[in-house]
Amino acid sequence: MGKKGKGKIKKRLKYFSNTRVYEYQDQAFKYFGLCCTLIGVVVLMLLLGDVLYRGLSRLDWDFIMGLPSRRAAKAGIYTAWVGTLWIMVLTAVIAFPIGISAGLYLEEYNKKSRLSNIIEINIANLAGVPSIIYGLLGLELFARALKLGESVLTGALTLSLLILPIIIVSTREALKAVPYSIREGSYALGASKWQTIWYQVLPAAVSGIFTGVILSLSRAIGETAPLIVIGALTFVPFVPESVMDSFTVLPIQIFNWVSRPQKEFSENAAAAIIILLSITFIMNGIAVYIRHKWQKKVKW
Amino acid sequence: MKIEAKNVHVYYGSDHVLKGVTLSIKKNTVTALIGPSGCGKSTFLRCFNRMNDLIENARVEGEIMIEGVDIYHPKINVNELRKTVGMVFQKPNPFPKSIFENVAYGLRVNGVKDQALIDEKVESSLRGAALWDEVKDKLKKSALALSGGQQQRLCIARALAVEPSVLLMDEPASALDPISSIKIEELIYSLKANYTILIVTHNMQQASRTSDKTAFFYMGDLVEYDDTRTLFTNPKKERTQNYITGRFG
Repeated sequence: MGKKGKGKIKKRLKYFSNTRVYEYQDQAFKYFGLCCTLIGVVVLMLLLGDVLYRGLSRLDWDFIMGLPSRRAAKAGIYTAWVGTLWIMVLTAVIAFPIGISAGLYLEEYNKKSRLSNIIEINIANLAGVPSIIYGLLGLELFARALKLGESVLTGALTLSLLILPIIIVSTREALKAVPYSIREGSYALGASKWQTIWYQVLPAAVSGIFTGVILSLSRAIGETAPLIVIGALTFVPFVPESVMDSFTVLPIQIFNWVSRPQKEFSENAAAAIIILLSITFIMNGIAVYIRHKWQKKVKW
Repeated sequence: MKIEAKNVHVYYGSDHVLKGVTLSIKKNTVTALIGPSGCGKSTFLRCFNRMNDLIENARVEGEIMIEGVDIYHPKINVNELRKTVGMVFQKPNPFPKSIFENVAYGLRVNGVKDQALIDEKVESSLRGAALWDEVKDKLKKSALALSGGQQQRLCIARALAVEPSVLLMDEPASALDPISSIKIEELIYSLKANYTILIVTHNMQQASRTSDKTAFFYMGDLVEYDDTRTLFTNPKKERTQNYITGRFG
């Protein structure tokens, strides 16, 4: 190797020594990312700790089974969680079939066209509309125009509208995850489109769909704003017995108690938050469990 | 003549991928379709069970007759056609169900309810695909637990269960190891007695070992179609000669 060649190598080494900088960048981002993650986790932990600290002593059977009262020590959340249960079941009954069918149609039947593009963009946009807007829609359409009043049905219909876009999108994602080769295999045996969807595609996508709809439902039961707008009451001394009865739900009860100046009421609120969070965590847990089980069973 | 293709053109949107292919295939023979990637051989194969119908913007022109029936006639029931013309795909695609249900599926979607008949058909199909001895004790197990070669033979069994008379195979052994590949070849040879088989392959040895006739495709044209022995030992076209000797493609 001549003198000239050596010079070249030196130059190259010098040139490449810059890569040290990239290593530092890599390390720096790693720690930055860790901090960002911790912020979320720590804040959640603080929140949980605070709520448990304040509310746990108030939580007992009488509180869960107690009717609302103007005196904080006597007040319970019976009507609130029963209302939440009503809303949850009714919303699921209304929103799941419609949302899953719409997702199925858009993914499996709809042909690519300008109209379908517009529909798709709109559904994605609807998922981002603030929930209070849905409340106003529910008030005008269900409570007033259809004369359903401040009923459980109005609440469930409104929340159904709210979570439909989420259900549609997650249904489509679950269907997309089913490989095309499965459909081809079914068609090649002479199965019709409906048979292919019903016997092959849906069973393969069902866990993904369930994960999505359960998460959407846990979002629905945490919603407060739209239900306040449609006129769900904060003081309901009875549990709803039909879909036309008026109702309250846990988030509204919490909102109401938090806005009172007395310290006892904020204890009540903390206790009710524990119940609400428990319901949401359990539902999310079910969703995670289903997804985990599914991933283990099916490997494409 | 069992199968006859006359002047078949296929378009994907504005792409003209198959440019007027005419050939006829005798009953109970194996025909190999060879050619470089993108030459239109798989597209041609998919014309016979109208799988191209599933692709948006795909258009098929020309005439394909199977046993004298024009399969592109508007009155043809495509689902019925696909029972007569079975297909095995490049990558094994068993359904995420049990081995038994994979084979029974074709019967169930055709309205067969008699469990005894289904049991019998599942066994005979698995035997036909030379898989019975390996799976007879674990029919209830997931098909996804089988090896790649077993999965592919399961897919063949699945196709046999609906009693087709024609079998289309799109590179059935290309995703398999050499031993599984040989098993599939032996299977093809034994199936010839009862089925008319069309096989797409990239493997020249496989084509020469398994097939009676070979069709060489290039850029959407059928360049040469002849007895396999003649085509491989004494091709008439220079392009065929270059391809089979490995000079291009």
